[in-house]
Amino acid sequence: MAIVSRGFSGKRHAADKKLPPGQYLTTDFPVLSAGPTPKASLENWQFTIDDGAKVLKKWDWKSFRSLPSETFTVDLHCVTRWSKLDTTWEGVSLDALLSEVKIDASYVFVHSYGDYTTNLPLNDLLNNKAWIAFRFDGKDLEPEHGGPARLLVPHLYLWKSAKWVRRITLTHEDKPGFWEGFGYHNYGDPWREQRYWGE
Amino acid sequence: MWRVGTVIALRDETAAVRTITLEVSNWSGHVAGQHVDVRLTASDGYSAVRSYSIASAPNPRGLIELTIERLPDGEVSPYLTQELVVGDLLELRGPIGGWFVWRTEQTEQIQLIAGGSGVVPLMSMIRSRALAESTARFRLLYSVHEPDAVFYKDELQALSDSDGFVTVDYVYTRAAPKGSIRPPGRIDAALIANTTWPANLLPTFYVCGSTSFVESVAGLLIASSNRPGNIRTERFGPTGERQ
Repeated sequence: MAIVSRGFSGKRHAADKKLPPGQYLTTDFPVLSAGPTPKASLENWQFTIDDGAKVLKKWDWKSFRSLPSETFTVDLHCVTRWSKLDTTWEGVSLDALLSEVKIDASYVFVHSYGDYTTNLPLNDLLNNKAWIAFRFDGKDLEPEHGGPARLLVPHLYLWKSAKWVRRITLTHEDKPGFWEGFGYHNYGDPWREQRYWGE
Repeated sequence: MWRVGTVIALRDETAAVRTITLEVSNWSGHVAGQHVDVRLTASDGYSAVRSYSIASAPNPRGLIELTIERLPDGEVSPYLTQELVVGDLLELRGPIGGWFVWRTEQTEQIQLIAGGSGVVPLMSMIRSRALAESTARFRLLYSVHEPDAVFYKDELQALSDSDGFVTVDYVYTRAAPKGSIRPPGRIDAALIANTTWPANLLPTFYVCGSTSFVESVAGLLIASSNRPGNIRTERFGPTGERQ
């Protein structure tokens, strides 16, 4: 419990209004990963969409990069309480990727190189809300930040934006991913401060 | 982990700068050059955290001194320099940082170069050297706007007079004292050549100030044949309050 500083009210800057509850602003880009950074070579890199039984669509780096990409600017909110505003990325929208498969699902389960996983409702990947991003701030995405390519779902806490993304499985049943299985919230909306299960 | 410090003394360094002495329970000790995070919390739970360099030398009493410059638009520094009174409690976390530090076992020549409030962690190094059994020789090149903006003036004078391990040169960027030979101006190559350890002695440099000050000074040092690996820098934010 914090000690109240007698007579301190603070200056709440305009930028603070853009921050979800309990977040603070950073201009750094802290790195938080559950394990070592995987070394994925572009020659062997693959990204697939499946339905849990069969592959629906598969891209190698060349075919992935030949898809139309977008440059977009978004705010990032990490469950460890830092927020970084106005970050600029380049990536392929999930709308574009999912338009190439027949969808019969309500949820997705996301797999990464390095065996990280996370789960989301399918709707959170649609309507220009999610991308597979490969450039940050005008440069190829660094491995420590998820390069060569990561999922980016900026309206949810950043652990949902799986680094080193490799496969998305379309499912009818929701099941918890890596952090969700360790007590983090199943959905993770920063504006409702859904950090942990039960919030 | 947030610790609680009790304010036991306040001292003005200049019109806009105050040193706060804190007694911190279970303080683990620090190394000269490290900083702490200070957290202020409003009655509604809103809080603001800022980092401040420790000015004091490590000591067995668990005392630390922070020297804080009041920034007109600051959120935390006006409170710390104007509202805080003896007996108040402050939350802090640290010490933090392991690169921009001077350890008493270092024996090489030390060149400190400060811009404005960047002198604070360098003063911790000088005070640490004064208390240590050390033969290391220090030089401080201290850039300030005007004579009234110098921190720790009498103490620096006393240390250079009595002990002799440190020599201090001032450079005034806006107004020089009466009778000063050098007109006001920034640190330049001639000043580096005349007031800092020569490169062939392989001194370690500690440069602390605004980002533009540090960039400029580090460039001059490298142009004078100093090794980049011997130059340690610490940059304060554009406003001087560290983010």
